[in-house]
Amino acid sequence: MFERIPEQIRRLAIVFVIVIGGTVVLRYFVLPPSLFETRLHRESTIQREVAKQVKFAGTTVCGGCHEDTATVKRKGFHKNLSCESCHGPAAMHTEDPMTVKPFAPRKRKFCPLCHEYDPSRPTGFPQINVTIHNPLKPCITCHNPHHPEPPTVPRECSACHAGIARTKAVSHHALIACTTCHRASRKHKVSPRRVKPTKPDTREFCGKCHREGSKRKDAPKIDLSTHGERYLCWECHYPHMPGVA
Amino acid sequence: MYRRSFLKGLLWFISARIFSRNGVTRAIASTNPDTTATTHANGKSIIKGYDPTRHRYAMGIDVDKCIGCNRCVEACTVENDVPPEPFFTRTWVERYVIKKDKSVHVENISNGSDGPKERLEEADILRSFFVPKLCNQCENPPCVQVCPVGATFSTEDGVVLIDSERCIGCGYCIQACPYGARYLHPKTRTADKCTFCYHRIVKGMLPACVEVCPTGARVFGDLKNRASRLVRFERMNKIHVLKPHLNTHPKVYYADLDGEVR
Repeated sequence: MFERIPEQIRRLAIVFVIVIGGTVVLRYFVLPPSLFETRLHRESTIQREVAKQVKFAGTTVCGGCHEDTATVKRKGFHKNLSCESCHGPAAMHTEDPMTVKPFAPRKRKFCPLCHEYDPSRPTGFPQINVTIHNPLKPCITCHNPHHPEPPTVPRECSACHAGIARTKAVSHHALIACTTCHRASRKHKVSPRRVKPTKPDTREFCGKCHREGSKRKDAPKIDLSTHGERYLCWECHYPHMPGVA
Repeated sequence: MYRRSFLKGLLWFISARIFSRNGVTRAIASTNPDTTATTHANGKSIIKGYDPTRHRYAMGIDVDKCIGCNRCVEACTVENDVPPEPFFTRTWVERYVIKKDKSVHVENISNGSDGPKERLEEADILRSFFVPKLCNQCENPPCVQVCPVGATFSTEDGVVLIDSERCIGCGYCIQACPYGARYLHPKTRTADKCTFCYHRIVKGMLPACVEVCPTGARVFGDLKNRASRLVRFERMNKIHVLKPHLNTHPKVYYADLDGEVR
């Protein structure tokens, strides 16, 4: 039966067997599996990533040696600041503290990176106008960067709401404290946009001074039942500058 | 004569290759410079003392706290050897200005190539804020789908990585990323992007940008750990993600994000 296959076909079959067998040997035995296996590629990628050098040591490491500075910093406004925010990457310094010294910013242009006035910065974040705030003086001559203190801690609303304070100062309401109408919780100072102060929400609130028969003698009086009908007071009168509208 | 020696050599090579197959594979694995990583044949854990299946990393961003100081961008550049040219960044900060006529101006403040910054008249501003951006480490990443050579992939702990030895630098992923988080590295000619500082987080450290953020606008944590700062951040805030309609399921969560942010 084998004899009946023509000679040329048999020879061709040998060539086919060699080519197919060679491919199988090459694929499964000669070429390394790292050429095909996704898992190996991924593992070597992860190993390459993990092998990268760490350059920022982390703030807990710093406190291990610089204990005195860490205790001072813990009490100040910069308590949540990582040391390396200002001093730069210091992992090399932790390995060889004597020869490698981290960067210490002393120039005036460094602090304004965070503290220069910018209208996009959140209200309440301490900001200065660099051109008029003690020109040319390095910040560290007056402020200790590990325990910074503003000359006056902003207790007044005007520290942030200066525009409203200026308007109110020349209005009939100049002598009324902000807290008479607004209650601001302590959290408002920390996250000013999330925790907002209260605002009066009824006509009766203004009426406490402005209704007929109220005890405030100097306040102009109106009849609450007829004046302004269904409108709320601040829809016509701006409370920080009343009497203008 | 030459043919005979060539065929002989070939035979020797193939047989030697077959016998030493396992040895060579091991040699390739051991050329890796890191000593903390070991390859296991079962593929369970390749980093000593670290089980990626028990973690799921994500980042939270408190938009109200960002002061646009660019500390994060500088720290990232140092930590990850990002090219020094200002237009290559793995993370960046955008300034949004919404004017009183409701027009929206977006400016990348980490990108020095923008030229002199436009000085906006303060009276025109309705509201303005900074938005830090980075790779969103999507659960359903478009960049992984388009990569023709499978060089980019999601790890078990939820970080999208790039195999720089397989990346051919075709740039499809850079086009596919809806957040513009990728760039072509000018030296290696491969795609590059934020890895959540993978080499730091597997050691239990914070990513460099989170480490240096002075106001705590960036929060990093593990979604599988109920006690992590990030889970608390998710509980306490109204969370938004960028471009949710694209079904990418980003893992960078923004708190109190303005509706104008794209």
